[in-house]
Amino acid sequence: MSSAKQEILDRIQNALKDIPPDEKPDDITVDRSYRTTSDDDQDILVNRFAQRVGEYKATVQRVSQSDVLQTIKDSCKREKVQQLVIPPGLAKELYPNELDLLKDTHEVQLTHHQLDDADGVLTTCALAVAETGTIILDAGEGQGRRALTLLPDYHLCVVYEDQIVGIFPEAIRHFEEKMQTKAPPMTLISGPSATSDIELNRVEGVHGPRRLEVLIVEE
Amino acid sequence: MSKRSKHQRTPTFEESAEGYLSNTQLRRNIGHATHTIRDKRAGVVAEMPDWEKLREAGAKLKQRTMRHLDKYLVQLEESVQQAGGQVHWARDADEANRIILDLVKAKQVEEVVKVKSITTDEIGLNKALAGEGIQALETDLAELIVQLAEDEPSHILVPAIHKNRAEIRELFREKLGNRELSDKPEELAEAARIYLRRKFLSAEVGISGGNFAVAETGTVSVVESEGNGRMCTTLPNTLISVLGIEKIIPTWRDFEVFMQLLPRSATAERMNPYNSFWTGVEDGDGPQEFHLVLLDNGRTKVLADEMGRQTLHCIRCSACLNVCPVYERTGGHAYHSVYPGPIGAILTPQLKGLDDPSAASLPYASSLCGACYEVCPVKINIPEVLVHLRGEIVKKKEKEGSLREKMDPEHVAMKWMGRTFRKRSRYERAQKVARSGQKLFTHDGTISKLPGELSKWTAMRDLKPIPKQTFREWWKTRS
Repeated sequence: MSSAKQEILDRIQNALKDIPPDEKPDDITVDRSYRTTSDDDQDILVNRFAQRVGEYKATVQRVSQSDVLQTIKDSCKREKVQQLVIPPGLAKELYPNELDLLKDTHEVQLTHHQLDDADGVLTTCALAVAETGTIILDAGEGQGRRALTLLPDYHLCVVYEDQIVGIFPEAIRHFEEKMQTKAPPMTLISGPSATSDIELNRVEGVHGPRRLEVLIVEE
Repeated sequence: MSKRSKHQRTPTFEESAEGYLSNTQLRRNIGHATHTIRDKRAGVVAEMPDWEKLREAGAKLKQRTMRHLDKYLVQLEESVQQAGGQVHWARDADEANRIILDLVKAKQVEEVVKVKSITTDEIGLNKALAGEGIQALETDLAELIVQLAEDEPSHILVPAIHKNRAEIRELFREKLGNRELSDKPEELAEAARIYLRRKFLSAEVGISGGNFAVAETGTVSVVESEGNGRMCTTLPNTLISVLGIEKIIPTWRDFEVFMQLLPRSATAERMNPYNSFWTGVEDGDGPQEFHLVLLDNGRTKVLADEMGRQTLHCIRCSACLNVCPVYERTGGHAYHSVYPGPIGAILTPQLKGLDDPSAASLPYASSLCGACYEVCPVKINIPEVLVHLRGEIVKKKEKEGSLREKMDPEHVAMKWMGRTFRKRSRYERAQKVARSGQKLFTHDGTISKLPGELSKWTAMRDLKPIPKQTFREWWKTRS
């Protein structure tokens, strides 16, 4: 054991002399009677999610299963996206094939410069939270590694209605088992990159994607 | 004037406050900022029907952590190592800087990118790196502004709050060589984006702080808005994160409490734009080398004080700064610490020790109004700790103070008051003496000017004279 580690642990034990030696961490009870689930119907949650994401100045559209691809194409056209990054595992039905698709694979990864030059990225997500308008990425299929959703200036994210939960504790508990076994890198996105550093004026877009668009797909 | 004083000794709060108070531009900037966030925060907190329960749970979780900190730290180390990360322990700032310097030098780079981290400000990391020819580039917009201006941060969350847009434009025009720049926040942010993007793409080493580290899983998190945190923790091949030992939380599930408390208290948002959680090293995704530096640097001293211990619960949201009537008027620089405002007034003196005259002046930078306690998301009773520290300062003066300190009029007066208040007969006698003595100074029912040393009190306030009859005296005459 390093001497620094030993000394810090000794200092802590010295500092905590007033704690009864037989006290266990769980002896300090934590009352978890705060809300851990939402009572609202799924319709209300979907509406709330759409509204809250919109309040962060992201573009939100609600589309039916059959219209997803067309909407993706239209959005890319509107945002002048030519080169679109495609993460591994993204369903082929979502590919807007007429664009220049930059496919990232586990075997051959796009370079950071390629990602930086790309106009946009298309992904799905792992889960979404209505109350906070949050999209959660866990680097799974259809989402890709973290750099993919970071360097392109436009992020188009497909969220399926049944992926939307009500409140934040539901999301944390959803990933609990996964985190305890093989924890993936997690990214929580609530609106586009923003800063309020200059006179507290909110400016969308500093370093992350400046434009975030969310397509909520109806069941 | 915002540059660190060139005096040999760091000035006390009282000494510097006067200058900052007369800087009207600064007061306007800070006043505008604190009131805006304060009001917004109240709104998003009111939305939460279980806010008080979350606060209570947050306080209890932190209490649990602090009382068993050694176990959790050992568990955290194991979890991080298991996930492919390396853990380093640093007893103080020098040791932390040395560890980081060695890691950076092994990579043979001249520049590292940094995410805003008060902990690295606390240990003076940038200076230590510069001393060995390595430039630490701040990538948070406000930190970049502060760094380019060779200034010091003035707020935990919005460090450049003391600068307005015109000042920032001038700075960017000069330092980033962009003459055409307007003072629109959008354009200023764009200038920073372009300047830093090149740096991110070529950086080989990233340095970050961290908001939380989970003992159970080894997960470290960075909570941010701009995306520079994501850049620094994703793009470089090597990531070094420096965390105070108090930043630990026991389990992943505890995020359900803290990640609800922090954003609403800090930026007054339901959720801040970006939260990154990483666990050691992930094959093919992000840095392939991860170092976690666990820093003591005085924290175990804070832990040893049963009353002061709660200071370590702080999750650095800065809600207490935004409601503080003192901070609002002086701004952050008057505190001469990387931790300003009410939390700084209790944390700094405990970290630095009461032998430091500047740090020991901070517990007095408060009117004890209690607003900070009310907004604290983890229920740190700041006024209680302030009073406790004032007591410690007096005790120290009594024990070790020089004769001059002991003969200080305030100290003598307080001692005399204490003696008087301890015994009823003495107290009543003093009342009688004061009642006849005050006649000279009472005009129209108020005392607005006292002589000698006491004039310091009346310089700012009026006093009510002691009434002709006390309640006790009146009660006696009734029967």
